[in-house]
Amino acid sequence: MSENIVTLNDIVVEFDGERILDKINLEIKDKEFVTLLGPSGCGKTTTLRIIGGFLNPDSGDVMFDGQRVNGLPPYKRNVNTVFQRYALFPHLNVYDNIAFGLRVKKIPEKEISKRVAEMLKLVNLVGFEKRSINRLSGGQQQRVAIARALVNHPKVLLLDEPLGALDLKLRKEMQIELKRIQEQLEITFIYVTHDQEEALTMSDTVVVMNGGKIQQIGSPVDIYNEPTNAFVADFIGESNILHGLMIKDRLVEIAGSQFECVDSGFGENTPVDIVIRPEDITLVAPDEAKLGGIVESVIFKGVHYEMLIEGYDFRWIVHSTKAAEKGASVGISFTPDDIHIMHRMKDNEKKEETAENEE
Amino acid sequence: MKNKIAAAPYLVWMIVFILVPLLMVAYFAFTDKDGNFTLDYVSDVAQYTPIFVRSIWLALISTVICLLIAYPLAYILIGMNTNIQSTMLMIVMLPMWMNFLLRTYAWMTLLGNNGLINAVLGLVGLGPFKMLNTEGAVVLGMVYNYLPFMILPIYSVMVKIDKSVLEAAADLGCNSWKTMVKVVFPLSLPGVFSGITMVFVPAISTFIISRMLGGGGNLLIGDLIEMQFLGNSYNINLGAAISLVLMVIVLLIMTILNQFGADEDGVMVM
Ligand SMILES: Nc1ncnc2c1ncn2[C@@H]1O[C@H](COP(=O)(O)OP(=O)(O)O)[C@@H](O)[C@H]1O
Ligand SMILES: [Mg+2]
Repeated sequence: MSENIVTLNDIVVEFDGERILDKINLEIKDKEFVTLLGPSGCGKTTTLRIIGGFLNPDSGDVMFDGQRVNGLPPYKRNVNTVFQRYALFPHLNVYDNIAFGLRVKKIPEKEISKRVAEMLKLVNLVGFEKRSINRLSGGQQQRVAIARALVNHPKVLLLDEPLGALDLKLRKEMQIELKRIQEQLEITFIYVTHDQEEALTMSDTVVVMNGGKIQQIGSPVDIYNEPTNAFVADFIGESNILHGLMIKDRLVEIAGSQFECVDSGFGENTPVDIVIRPEDITLVAPDEAKLGGIVESVIFKGVHYEMLIEGYDFRWIVHSTKAAEKGASVGISFTPDDIHIMHRMKDNEKKEETAENEE
Repeated sequence: MKNKIAAAPYLVWMIVFILVPLLMVAYFAFTDKDGNFTLDYVSDVAQYTPIFVRSIWLALISTVICLLIAYPLAYILIGMNTNIQSTMLMIVMLPMWMNFLLRTYAWMTLLGNNGLINAVLGLVGLGPFKMLNTEGAVVLGMVYNYLPFMILPIYSVMVKIDKSVLEAAADLGCNSWKTMVKVVFPLSLPGVFSGITMVFVPAISTFIISRMLGGGGNLLIGDLIEMQFLGNSYNINLGAAISLVLMVIVLLIMTILNQFGADEDGVMVM
């Protein structure tokens, strides 16, 4: 229990009667790299603010090292934050911004200048010490914000979309750099992003959120391969998400045909959602597969071709290194391993219900 | 080009109503009644040094008191929700809707020996205290009249400080006092300096407040100048010389202040 450095228990936050966080439960281990992943407005920043102490939950407990810290102000928590919009001090230059936290802690100036210099090197801003914050680009400001938080060697670092303002090349470099820092300094990172690729490449654990609720917690591989519902599957990557019917254990009906699969425990004749990853599909001759369609488009994506196949009542996305011919009739083939069965999402049910009510 | 044309009316205004009068003050200060150049009047100003000292002293005290009241008030205001903020600002502004003379008259009737305050104190067996015609009454009048000019600039600078910057300070270990000292104060300095200017300059040159609340014994430079132009010791040249010296003093003080006030980006406060 005490190996969890941060624990959230049934956290609820409401603004103006609207539920922004709905019973968030989260256990974060020491030295773990945890990423909160979800679309804009799903409550990622709010969750970080709860952990940082900038916001108190309407109900639920925040625990640090097994101790309840609800109501403890931010300056008493051993946590630092890289804010989404940097929040740098406009009256201080780059050096003084980074040195701020150390000066508050009354660290000797000699030590401060050593640690700030390390940080400047780390975030690639050597020579910018005297530069005013107002004369930095967005990307440079973002790196100052990272340095200003990291220099304090906190036990937990909260990062709110810290690479959002960087161009692709620098973002990739900083991703590797941040991961290296996290492992080297053995800091727990709680990282917020809406970029699923970033989440999958950097994290030990990914927490997928939507609408103020946690959808799934798992390793990147788990999240990618075994999404628990259609939202996660869709958010994690372009995917084929179909409605299906679980006939019995290890047998599922997709688009009117029955397929062997590896999942069990869903009961009999249960409606389910099914994910089949675009790269898991093999295109074959039409008579070699139970499902098929007409190739509608073929786009080269650098490494692979992305093809849209218009099936009977479903449009398939297929990734393959071999291009099919546009307009050709093809068969769609996959192995039992490639079929991922998920519980039908509550939200979907709700939508269907309201649709029925309207009729 | 377009800008220049648009600026023309203002330029004319500034020349006619600011530059010309300034030049006229300088002209009268350095000439005698026949229009000949002389330094007599300017050197005569030296004999009024005690009045200058008193004016600067009282203006300084009033400015400091205004600052001590206005700064915490502004800091408290920005922490409140926006509805309360605008109501409070309204209340701060309310006295300004009334004529300056009337407000000062009101203080006369309050502070007088037979005034309201002494009457109330008399009921509980205290006083009467001499409050009117004292330096204290003058300072009170200045603080009362000029306080909004201190609150508004400080408030308007403070309210623009990004809340997330304050959170960043808390994140880096500052309690609310340290946040105030290390972040809010430096960022609100431009407002503080314009507030100081807007209170100090009218306070040092006032003549109504000192005459109505200070009586004859608390003459200020403003009264002195007024007497030279409108009073029985009519002497335009001396009046101009005193005005000129006053302007130089104010300018000097403001320049010194701005040495601290101008930040890296060269934001001037005056
Ligand atoms: N102070 C606030 N007052 C009212 N609503 C808020 C406040 N902060 C956030 N929200 C709302 O809460 C939801 C979640 O916000 P946020 O946590 O910032 O999302 P994310 O960081 O995932 O984009 C949004 O709908 C947002 O409008
Ligand atoms: Mg956010």
